[in-house]
Amino acid sequence: MTDNSPQSHAVVCRGVVKDFGAGETKVRALHGIDLNVRYGEMTLLVGPSGCGKTTLISVMAGLLDPTAGEVFLLGQDRRKLVGSQLVRFRADNIGFVFQQYNLIPSLTAAENAAVPLIIHGVKRSAAIDQARLMMKEVGLGDKCQAMPSQLSGGQQQRVAIARALVNEPRLLVCDEPTAALDAHSGRTVMELIKRVTVKPDRAVIVVTHDNRVFDFGDRIVAMSDGLVERVEERSGQETLLAH
Amino acid sequence: MNWLAWRMLTGDRTKYLGIVFGVAFGTVLIAQQMAIFVGLMRRTSSQIIDISAADVWVMDLKQQNLDDIRPMPDGRLYQVRGVQGVDWAVRLSKSMVRVRTPNGDFLQSLLIGVDDSSFAGAPIEMIKGSYLDLRRPDGVIIDEDGYKRLFPGETIKLGQALDMNDRRAIIVGTCKVTPPFQTFPVVYTRYSQALQYAPPERNSLSFILVKAAPGQSHKALAERIAKQTGLKALTWDDFFWMNVNWFINNTGIPINFGITVTLGFIVGAAIAGQTFYLFTIENLKQFGSLKAMGVTNIRLIGMILFQAVVVGVMGYGIGLGMSALFFETMERSGHPDMRGMWVPWQVATLSAGAVAIIIVIASLLSLRRVLVLEPAMVFK
Ligand SMILES: Nc1ncnc2c1ncn2[C@@H]1O[C@H](COP(=O)(O)OP(=O)(O)O)[C@@H](O)[C@H]1O
Ligand SMILES: [Mg+2]
Repeated sequence: MTDNSPQSHAVVCRGVVKDFGAGETKVRALHGIDLNVRYGEMTLLVGPSGCGKTTLISVMAGLLDPTAGEVFLLGQDRRKLVGSQLVRFRADNIGFVFQQYNLIPSLTAAENAAVPLIIHGVKRSAAIDQARLMMKEVGLGDKCQAMPSQLSGGQQQRVAIARALVNEPRLLVCDEPTAALDAHSGRTVMELIKRVTVKPDRAVIVVTHDNRVFDFGDRIVAMSDGLVERVEERSGQETLLAH
Repeated sequence: MNWLAWRMLTGDRTKYLGIVFGVAFGTVLIAQQMAIFVGLMRRTSSQIIDISAADVWVMDLKQQNLDDIRPMPDGRLYQVRGVQGVDWAVRLSKSMVRVRTPNGDFLQSLLIGVDDSSFAGAPIEMIKGSYLDLRRPDGVIIDEDGYKRLFPGETIKLGQALDMNDRRAIIVGTCKVTPPFQTFPVVYTRYSQALQYAPPERNSLSFILVKAAPGQSHKALAERIAKQTGLKALTWDDFFWMNVNWFINNTGIPINFGITVTLGFIVGAAIAGQTFYLFTIENLKQFGSLKAMGVTNIRLIGMILFQAVVVGVMGYGIGLGMSALFFETMERSGHPDMRGMWVPWQVATLSAGAVAIIIVIASLLSLRRVLVLEPAMVFK
């Protein structure tokens, strides 16, 4: 991966700065991030609480506008995606997994997994059929009719993963997917993400400060105080970044 | 997306019913109070409503409403009869009398004296007896609610004796009337006999009831009578509205009901608006996830408006049904206080407008919260 062009990477960040608020109360969460996220890999974003991990993936997923710097999302210049274009871009290309699962409590598991397809305008019955296949894929084929409240935390997170993948996104972002789970469920969830998502044309970014799951990453990006401190390749060799 | 909006709305049955019943409650407060107001205003015109045979009512020029009677000299009747386009014209007297029952009870009542020969103005809806029995000596007809008040707890039977102005009267029939505003018993008798029952006055001709000749415009006839006699002559409609307007303009009733209806609106808006708003707030995280997953603001607005319309239509339907049921139950119970009242379509329409405003306010508040929602909040 010596090619440094935006087209050959899932996400490219160049000098990304993100400020919250203005004037006296301004908080600089990202101090100039340079980072490439590769296709076909699981990138882990690690670091202490408050170092800017959530802010960075929000920028990389098109949920937050960077204050300064350049972001290329799946080869597209982020600045050129405005308003509903950006919203549609997210619907078409990005899958989300949240720490708190964020399932809709009044929908069954399969219906929850079908939501992105329904947003896309797929007919409801077809969407739910497709969601059922996805439910099988995440090992919950028998829980399609269950309500979220009837599922364990780990199962709910697997439903959330089915939902994130149901429309075949090219980028999957997960914020602390295992933080609310016990060690065993956490491993199951990470194994699942690893198994179903790491395809050659897809990139996965997982934010975590759960060191029990570090060994799942192909690359580990360590952050500290709004900066990338170090990038560790899976083979073990470390790349120290000068800054 | 409407499917999704519907499922989110109805997912929690208790909350959903809470919002719907909030709207229903507001509707009941508004529709029921407005209907009672309209019913009361109708009651102020009860005798006008009951004497629908008259096309034109003629009265003293200075008379302002149905109750402020300024009797005219008898000769006026012949003047009116002489106007072209009058088919027939008859006397009607209206006065207040004290009725004494055999057990010595007194009750202020409304005495109506109808034309001795034609009985024009006599009750239309008889319950017992016939209006022709007014021919019998001392015969009077009394409305059923009035009978019950004069003889509490007794079964209705004809032939009971009453005393008015120290003169004997025999009940020869009972009838239904549109309840009068002050719920007095209504006593019908012949015009000539009414003169005996009522406290003596110089004149006793309260109204002249006029039937227009076939093909004659009522409005034109009323104008002609007024011009030729110098009296006030009004079509049935105009008299009804003059009377209602007098009560609206000269009593505190509209203000009182206005206050109640406004309170109903505010309470309804507070309950329905608040529950709906809180529902949106509780679902903010889910709306945020939908936003992150690529639902545009336009579609979110559509979802919330859809939910608001569902809640509004169901709540309004239930509330209007409950109001109608209330009046129906009152009618069946035979209780005179609410008899002859119902929810007119104008009230139903106005209530629908009020509910629509409540719903629009509630959804605007909710929309504001959803629209300013940062999609990045889903990671919080
Ligand atoms: N919406 C916001 N408004 C103001 N400050 C924020 C906001 N979001 C994050 N921050 C600040 O930015 C910094 C990084 O936060 P975050 O990205 O959530 O860190 P992490 O996910 O690594 O715990 C923190 O100091 C936090 O207080
Ligand atoms: Mg975080």
